[in-house]
Amino acid sequence: MPDSQEQITAEIVESHRVYAKAREESGQESRHVLRDFAPYRSSILRHPKQPLVVAGDPEAVELTGPVFGVTDVTALDSDLTRQHVGEPMGERITVTGRVLDRAGRPVRGQLVEVWQANAAGRYAHQRDDHPAPLDPNFTGVGRCLTDGDGRYAFTTIKPGPYPWRNHVNAWRPAHIHFSLFGTAFTQRLVTQMYFPGDPLFPYDPIFNSVPDEQARQRMVAAYDHDLSVPEWSRGFTWDIVLDGAFEGEHR
Amino acid sequence: MNPTPSQTVGPFFGYALPFPRGGEIAAGAGALTVHGHVFDGAGQPIPDALLEFWQADPAGGRGGAPGTLRRDPVNGAILGRHGLDFTGFGRVPTDADGHWTLRTRPPGGRPYIAVAVFARGLLHHLYTRIYLRGDVADPLLDRLTPERRRTLVATEERPGVLRFDIRIQGDEEHEETVFLDFS
Repeated sequence: MPDSQEQITAEIVESHRVYAKAREESGQESRHVLRDFAPYRSSILRHPKQPLVVAGDPEAVELTGPVFGVTDVTALDSDLTRQHVGEPMGERITVTGRVLDRAGRPVRGQLVEVWQANAAGRYAHQRDDHPAPLDPNFTGVGRCLTDGDGRYAFTTIKPGPYPWRNHVNAWRPAHIHFSLFGTAFTQRLVTQMYFPGDPLFPYDPIFNSVPDEQARQRMVAAYDHDLSVPEWSRGFTWDIVLDGAFEGEHR
Repeated sequence: MNPTPSQTVGPFFGYALPFPRGGEIAAGAGALTVHGHVFDGAGQPIPDALLEFWQADPAGGRGGAPGTLRRDPVNGAILGRHGLDFTGFGRVPTDADGHWTLRTRPPGGRPYIAVAVFARGLLHHLYTRIYLRGDVADPLLDRLTPERRRTLVATEERPGVLRFDIRIQGDEEHEETVFLDFS
């Protein structure tokens, strides 16, 4: 029988308690996600049990990475509301921010990819059988290159929350999937951007797979009134910091 | 600065991240085929994983080239690599059998192709390497036990075709693939 929300929530709370205790004792903050996070049931058989092996090689190929250019994107790609004949349903928003490396330097000219559910919480994917309407005017895929300041910008529709089958009455907080490249393959990041104040946060095992509260907040965008356009759209900002060693880091 | 945490790629990346001929870094004469399955800790193939590959060009150059996702400005369709530049980047989703195929040329310099593994259920991607041959001195391979080392070396099935399975989690019969930490 599938687990109840109470069971999953209890596991999340216990995991966070264990982390907080360890942090207090060691002073070490975990800045990342736990790959082994049982409340997200699909992770149980899909995480390594052996420790990662430190590459420790200053000549590793992974310290360089793929490059992209103007031929890899078209201007329409960053506006997810203009990819079809009609306007999509839902609330028009803009999302913008900077992609930085861990030294705080902008990641310039790199590919940012996004995908998301529509306003009703349905993906344009054959395996999404949530009985919410598909929107013929919304696919939910975008791409852009970061500019000279490392900035990306997308116009889209605010995605809806949606149910999934991790446990009974499981709902994902609304989110946009982001895929990012740095200057090195080691900096690769796939993550999810959440919206501020989502009431589903405490219930979601994926959001809570990041044990540190401050680290979780780094996945949440901020509403930015100055970015809102009168009579048109609301604005959100979200900066992204890529981790991982890269060539020339210590120069 | 504090990094942004990772989250799983989820089950629905299939209409967003893969692109036509994503697994064809190079084709034609001199190209190798590398293929395999991705397995979970129960030994089951994973049909919703996404693999990315990064490698040096045949002369050992690590600069890559743009144009992996080259677009048609008329209708936005992905035309892909034009075949003159070696972009060094590939992306392949596993199929319904959890199987993937990559076509490329062997890298110059270090004898491996870097791999990033993404999947539903995997909260943070994993790095591994496909060594195209095992009879080499290598700063990583030389630190591993023979059992662990074997998980990183492709097996030649026939000339030009190499097999490389990825086990995200080991089971009683199978060694877990070695995954790398670049922090």
